[in-house]
Amino acid sequence: MISSIGWIIIWIGVFFDLLGAIGLVRFPDVYNRLQASTKCVTLGTFGIMIGIFLLKGFTPMGIKALICGAFLLLTSPVAAHALMKGSLHFGTKMWKGSVVDKYGEDKLGGEQIEKKEK
Amino acid sequence: MSIIISILAIGGFLCLYRIYRGPSISDRAVGVDIMGILFVGITALSALFYDLPYLIDLSITLALFSFIGTLALAKYLEKRSLDD
Repeated sequence: MISSIGWIIIWIGVFFDLLGAIGLVRFPDVYNRLQASTKCVTLGTFGIMIGIFLLKGFTPMGIKALICGAFLLLTSPVAAHALMKGSLHFGTKMWKGSVVDKYGEDKLGGEQIEKKEK
Repeated sequence: MSIIISILAIGGFLCLYRIYRGPSISDRAVGVDIMGILFVGITALSALFYDLPYLIDLSITLALFSFIGTLALAKYLEKRSLDD
Protein backbone atom coordinates (compact mmCIF):
# COMPACT_ATOMS: atom_id res chain seq x y z
CA MET A 1 0.00 0.00 0.00
CA ILE A 2 2.68 2.49 1.03
CA SER A 3 4.77 1.35 -1.93
CA SER A 4 1.91 2.12 -4.33
CA ILE A 5 1.49 5.60 -2.82
CA GLY A 6 5.22 6.18 -3.19
CA TRP A 7 5.19 5.24 -6.88
CA ILE A 8 2.16 7.48 -7.51
CA ILE A 9 3.91 10.43 -5.82
CA ILE A 10 7.06 9.79 -7.88
CA TRP A 11 4.99 9.82 -11.09
CA ILE A 12 3.29 13.07 -10.05
CA GLY A 13 6.72 14.59 -9.37
CA VAL A 14 8.08 13.53 -12.76
CA PHE A 15 4.97 14.96 -14.45
CA PHE A 16 5.48 18.31 -12.71
CA ASP A 17 9.17 18.28 -13.68
CA LEU A 18 8.22 17.86 -17.33
CA LEU A 19 5.61 20.64 -17.04
CA GLY A 20 8.24 22.98 -15.57
CA ALA A 21 10.67 22.26 -18.41
CA ILE A 22 7.94 22.86 -21.01
CA GLY A 23 7.05 26.13 -19.27
CA LEU A 24 10.72 27.13 -19.41
CA VAL A 25 10.61 26.77 -23.20
CA ARG A 26 7.14 28.07 -24.00
CA PHE A 27 6.71 31.21 -21.92
CA PRO A 28 7.58 34.55 -23.55
CA ASP A 29 9.54 36.33 -20.83
CA VAL A 30 12.29 35.64 -18.29
CA TYR A 31 9.98 36.51 -15.37
CA ASN A 32 7.21 34.26 -16.63
CA ARG A 33 9.73 31.49 -17.15
CA LEU A 34 11.01 31.84 -13.58
CA GLN A 35 7.45 31.88 -12.26
CA ALA A 36 6.48 28.70 -14.09
CA SER A 37 9.58 26.57 -14.04
CA THR A 38 10.91 27.21 -10.53
CA LYS A 39 7.68 26.33 -8.77
CA CYS A 40 6.95 23.28 -10.90
CA VAL A 41 10.45 21.84 -10.74
CA THR A 42 10.75 22.43 -6.99
CA LEU A 43 7.45 20.67 -6.32
CA GLY A 44 8.35 17.85 -8.72
CA THR A 45 11.76 17.09 -7.25
CA PHE A 46 10.37 17.38 -3.71
CA GLY A 47 7.71 14.83 -4.73
CA ILE A 48 10.39 12.48 -6.03
CA MET A 49 12.23 12.75 -2.69
CA ILE A 50 9.04 12.10 -0.70
CA GLY A 51 8.31 9.09 -2.92
CA ILE A 52 11.77 7.65 -2.30
CA PHE A 53 11.26 8.15 1.44
CA LEU A 54 7.92 6.32 1.31
CA LEU A 55 9.45 3.46 -0.69
CA LYS A 56 12.53 3.02 1.48
CA GLY A 57 11.13 3.85 4.93
CA PHE A 58 13.38 4.74 7.85
CA THR A 59 16.57 3.44 6.29
CA PRO A 60 19.60 5.73 5.81
CA MET A 61 18.65 6.19 2.16
CA GLY A 62 15.12 7.29 3.02
CA ILE A 63 16.27 9.73 5.69
CA LYS A 64 18.84 11.22 3.32
CA ALA A 65 16.18 11.61 0.64
CA LEU A 66 13.98 13.45 3.14
CA ILE A 67 16.86 15.74 4.13
CA CYS A 68 17.60 16.47 0.48
CA GLY A 69 13.92 17.32 -0.10
CA ALA A 70 13.84 19.69 2.85
CA PHE A 71 17.03 21.35 1.62
CA LEU A 72 15.54 21.84 -1.84
CA LEU A 73 12.35 23.24 -0.36
CA LEU A 74 14.38 25.77 1.64
CA THR A 75 16.92 26.86 -0.96
CA SER A 76 15.11 26.86 -4.29
CA PRO A 77 12.77 29.81 -3.60
CA VAL A 78 15.72 31.81 -2.29
CA ALA A 79 17.63 31.16 -5.52
CA ALA A 80 14.59 32.10 -7.63
CA HIS A 81 14.08 35.32 -5.71
CA ALA A 82 17.77 36.26 -6.06
CA LEU A 83 17.65 35.57 -9.81
CA MET A 84 14.51 37.71 -10.17
CA LYS A 85 16.08 40.62 -8.31
CA GLY A 86 19.28 40.26 -10.30
CA SER A 87 17.35 40.33 -13.56
CA LEU A 88 15.50 43.48 -12.52
CA HIS A 89 18.74 45.23 -11.60
CA PHE A 90 20.39 44.01 -14.80
CA GLY A 91 17.59 45.59 -16.80
CA THR A 92 16.13 42.60 -18.61
CA LYS A 93 13.10 43.86 -20.49
CA MET A 94 9.63 42.58 -19.73
CA TRP A 95 7.24 41.10 -22.26
CA LYS A 96 5.29 43.76 -24.15
CA GLY A 97 2.00 42.34 -22.88
CA SER A 98 2.92 42.81 -19.22
CA VAL A 99 0.22 44.57 -17.24
CA VAL A 100 1.90 45.96 -14.13
CA ASP A 101 5.49 46.99 -13.35
CA LYS A 102 5.67 48.46 -9.85
CA TYR A 103 9.48 48.29 -9.70
CA GLY A 104 9.90 50.30 -12.89
CA GLU A 105 7.31 52.83 -11.74
CA ASP A 106 9.15 53.31 -8.46
CA LYS A 107 12.47 53.74 -10.27
CA LEU A 108 10.99 56.27 -12.71
CA GLY A 109 9.26 58.19 -9.90
CA GLY A 110 12.53 58.42 -7.98
CA GLU A 111 14.33 59.85 -11.01
CA GLN A 112 11.58 62.42 -11.54
CA ILE A 113 11.73 63.52 -7.91
CA GLU A 114 15.51 63.91 -8.14
CA LYS A 115 15.15 66.08 -11.27
CA LYS A 116 12.62 68.31 -9.54
CA GLU A 117 14.93 68.80 -6.58
CA LYS A 118 17.75 69.86 -8.89
CA MET B 1 11.85 2.61 -14.64
CA SER B 2 13.79 3.84 -17.64
CA ILE B 3 10.69 5.72 -18.82
CA ILE B 4 10.89 8.01 -15.76
CA ILE B 5 14.56 8.85 -16.29
CA SER B 6 13.85 9.37 -20.01
CA ILE B 7 11.14 11.92 -19.20
CA LEU B 8 13.51 13.80 -16.88
CA ALA B 9 16.21 13.70 -19.59
CA ILE B 10 13.74 15.22 -22.06
CA GLY B 11 13.23 18.03 -19.53
CA GLY B 12 17.00 18.49 -19.37
CA PHE B 13 17.18 18.79 -23.15
CA LEU B 14 14.41 21.43 -23.07
CA CYS B 15 16.55 23.38 -20.55
CA LEU B 16 19.52 23.03 -22.92
CA TYR B 17 17.39 24.46 -25.72
CA ARG B 18 16.59 27.47 -23.53
CA ILE B 19 20.27 27.92 -22.62
CA TYR B 20 21.17 27.84 -26.33
CA ARG B 21 18.40 30.15 -27.57
CA GLY B 22 17.99 32.47 -24.56
CA PRO B 23 17.83 36.10 -25.69
CA SER B 24 19.45 37.49 -22.54
CA ILE B 25 21.87 36.22 -19.91
CA SER B 26 19.03 35.98 -17.36
CA ASP B 27 17.29 33.28 -19.43
CA ARG B 28 20.49 31.27 -19.49
CA ALA B 29 20.87 31.61 -15.72
CA VAL B 30 17.29 30.35 -15.24
CA GLY B 31 17.99 27.39 -17.53
CA VAL B 32 21.13 26.43 -15.59
CA ASP B 33 19.21 26.61 -12.28
CA ILE B 34 16.34 24.45 -13.50
CA MET B 35 18.69 21.93 -15.10
CA GLY B 36 20.59 21.58 -11.81
CA ILE B 37 17.40 20.76 -9.90
CA LEU B 38 16.38 18.26 -12.60
CA PHE B 39 19.75 16.54 -12.24
CA VAL B 40 19.17 16.23 -8.50
CA GLY B 41 15.98 14.30 -9.28
CA ILE B 42 17.71 12.10 -11.86
CA THR B 43 20.49 11.23 -9.40
CA ALA B 44 18.05 10.34 -6.61
CA LEU B 45 15.98 8.16 -8.95
CA SER B 46 19.15 6.39 -10.14
CA ALA B 47 19.97 5.65 -6.51
CA LEU B 48 16.50 4.13 -6.13
CA PHE B 49 16.47 2.10 -9.35
CA TYR B 50 19.97 0.66 -9.36
CA ASP B 51 20.06 0.23 -5.56
CA LEU B 52 23.17 2.34 -5.01
CA PRO B 53 22.61 4.26 -1.73
CA TYR B 54 25.65 6.50 -2.06
CA LEU B 55 24.11 8.34 -5.01
CA ILE B 56 21.74 10.04 -2.54
CA ASP B 57 24.76 11.77 -0.98
CA LEU B 58 25.70 12.90 -4.49
CA SER B 59 22.23 14.37 -4.97
CA ILE B 60 22.50 16.38 -1.73
CA THR B 61 25.87 17.75 -2.84
CA LEU B 62 24.49 18.56 -6.29
CA ALA B 63 21.59 20.51 -4.77
CA LEU B 64 24.07 22.49 -2.63
CA PHE B 65 26.32 23.35 -5.57
CA SER B 66 23.37 24.27 -7.78
CA PHE B 67 22.13 26.67 -5.09
CA ILE B 68 25.53 28.31 -4.64
CA GLY B 69 26.06 28.63 -8.40
CA THR B 70 22.67 30.24 -8.88
CA LEU B 71 23.35 32.71 -6.07
CA ALA B 72 26.71 33.60 -7.67
CA LEU B 73 25.01 34.17 -11.04
CA ALA B 74 22.34 36.36 -9.43
CA LYS B 75 25.00 38.38 -7.62
CA TYR B 76 26.88 38.84 -10.88
CA LEU B 77 23.71 40.00 -12.64
CA GLU B 78 22.91 42.44 -9.89
CA LYS B 79 26.25 44.14 -9.33
CA ARG B 80 28.22 43.14 -12.46
CA SER B 81 30.97 41.89 -10.16
CA LEU B 82 31.59 39.30 -7.46
CA ASP B 83 33.50 41.51 -5.03
CA ASP B 84 31.03 42.38 -2.26
